[in-house]
Amino acid sequence: MQQKVEFEQRVHKALSDSQLRQNFRSTMDGLMAKRSQAFPDKERLEKLRLQGAQIRANALLKLPELLEQLEERCTANGIRVHWAETVEQANQAVLKIMQDHNATNLIKGKSMVSEEMELNHFLEQHGIEVLESDLGEFIVQLAGEPPSHIVAPAIHKSRQDIARLFQEKFPDIPYSEDVETLTRSARDILRRKFYEASIGLSGVNFAVAETGTICLVENEGNGRMCTTIPDVHIAVTGIEKVVEKLSDIPPLMELLPRSATGQHITTYFNMITSPRKEGEKDGPREVHLVLLDNGRSSIYEDPELMESLRCIRCGACMNHCPVYARIGGHAYGTTIPGPIGSVIEPQKLGLDRFGVLPTASTLCGACGEACPVRIPLPKLLNRLRFEQVRDDPPDNTMGKGSQRSIRESLVWNLWSWANTHPALYRLGCLFLTRLRGLVPKQLGVWTRVRKAPAIAPKTLHELAREMGIEDE
Amino acid sequence: MSNSRENILQRLRRGRPELPAATGEIQIDSLAWDLEQRINTFCDRMASVKAEVHMVTEGDWPTKLRELAADRQLSNLLYAPKGPLAAEIESAWTENDSCTKLITREESVDEWKQELFYQVDGAVTSVRSGIAEVGTLILWPTREEPRTFSLVPPVHFAVLKAENLHHTFADAMEVEQWRQGMPTNVVLISGPSKSADIEQTLAYGVHGPTELVVLLVR
Repeated sequence: MQQKVEFEQRVHKALSDSQLRQNFRSTMDGLMAKRSQAFPDKERLEKLRLQGAQIRANALLKLPELLEQLEERCTANGIRVHWAETVEQANQAVLKIMQDHNATNLIKGKSMVSEEMELNHFLEQHGIEVLESDLGEFIVQLAGEPPSHIVAPAIHKSRQDIARLFQEKFPDIPYSEDVETLTRSARDILRRKFYEASIGLSGVNFAVAETGTICLVENEGNGRMCTTIPDVHIAVTGIEKVVEKLSDIPPLMELLPRSATGQHITTYFNMITSPRKEGEKDGPREVHLVLLDNGRSSIYEDPELMESLRCIRCGACMNHCPVYARIGGHAYGTTIPGPIGSVIEPQKLGLDRFGVLPTASTLCGACGEACPVRIPLPKLLNRLRFEQVRDDPPDNTMGKGSQRSIRESLVWNLWSWANTHPALYRLGCLFLTRLRGLVPKQLGVWTRVRKAPAIAPKTLHELAREMGIEDE
Repeated sequence: MSNSRENILQRLRRGRPELPAATGEIQIDSLAWDLEQRINTFCDRMASVKAEVHMVTEGDWPTKLRELAADRQLSNLLYAPKGPLAAEIESAWTENDSCTKLITREESVDEWKQELFYQVDGAVTSVRSGIAEVGTLILWPTREEPRTFSLVPPVHFAVLKAENLHHTFADAMEVEQWRQGMPTNVVLISGPSKSADIEQTLAYGVHGPTELVVLLVR
């Protein structure tokens, strides 16, 4: 179903919510300032971005070979690898592991791929209790909402919202709006859950083909808990997260936390290469790695659009986006919001449904400049705008040409016709400039909050001629 | 499942765009830092994330550890009985009575998980090396020194030899030749656990330790 109307409704709702706008505005301003401070040497930053882009581009170029190598190394290390073409297959793979262990509950670290899979919903339908353990994810799960930012999931909520939510869900805990107290309450609640959990699930930030190592970036320690305490650890990842060598990790780690939150490094960087070995006294006895495609291999086929697969999910593009900062993450209606979401999601879900997202951009270029791996986001947003109106028979997989309208294409055809016929063009300009008084004061939606544009008395050509600029 | 594997790989091979391979790796050189610079930056970075660093010597760190545990009124302190620090810790505790009881377990953690989660006040671990530039400890847990010691107890004491401070993460990997064989788990620790998920306000002590205390041995 076309999402245009729903999107516009969500945008309207978000724009009218002053609390929400204030939350996003102050957070995005803070994150932009912190990122800038974390990269004091701008020349070095540009070199690092080139290096980061090259590492990711190289990994994508060798993607099938690296995935095979990753599988081979992981298997040799004792990690079991599962391949999933679709979300359904990935969910089934997780369910199967749960059932093999007669497990009825799952504790989760932060994972955007599990959001993409709608894993919680799927497992709950099969009678499995799923608990988010990242503080922000825990809060949005309590509220029954999806995350609104990929790094700061509960950023749309104020401390008062969260205090009320805790009071409602945990009436035994005294009411508090103090951030530290709220955080400690969550620690106490979740500590018991970590203690009891038999299966933990995490995402993956980088998977190293050379050594078969899964890398996880986090601050809270819940990721370490999920991957250390339960007897079984399941990691879910998109197939694009692989890098070739261990030495690719330090440059990416120099970029990721600084771009995301302005930290030099996160509190924990957790590198997992095998399940518990003989004689080791803790750690999971089984580690599983689920590799999810879900449309990534189709994005991969296009040499330009594949650049979006370089993404390391830092969120800098949304932090810098003037549209995201005003409408927030929920308005997009997709797993990943913001500029990168507007590029990736319509490719996965179809331009026929989500073609509106690439249009929700001013093409100001801030996202492309902030991206640590130099994904040319404005160019890709523009490309998707073109794809959805191009003169092709609508295509089922991606929805090419699905947003083409007769009126719009007629207008542009006229435009190009006029521009290629100088006499006609000059006549048109003459009319417009001489009859400019006839432009109506009211121009639909445009003039609800703006004045109608005034047409100048003389065209640029006329002005140039008067100034004596030769028309070569 | 094996079909999925073939299908995915086949699609990637068939769809692989024809792009030129990148030429020449980009290298970013950093000036080498001397030990003093490494120590100073390490301490600054650690302080900026609310970790405590104490400068100690080969001879006095166990005594300092005992004092720090007593200052915090920890009722007990966990250490690894066969870990690299065991002998020195034990000798420091026999000299004087301490209000902090020294505890240790040789069994697998599964057998005393409840105690680890609810009764251990603090734990001390060795540190393989460190990264000065970002203020990071590199822990390389072993059979002797389990992963959970640096994760579950509320206070983590970490003993790091200053000479093992590398300038950068890349240096640590290169000098120590990590690619020759990675252990079950390597964890980089930079401060006590924290979160800014509520209104971007930093709160320390989420799911990992609430305090990180580094004893930097010179």
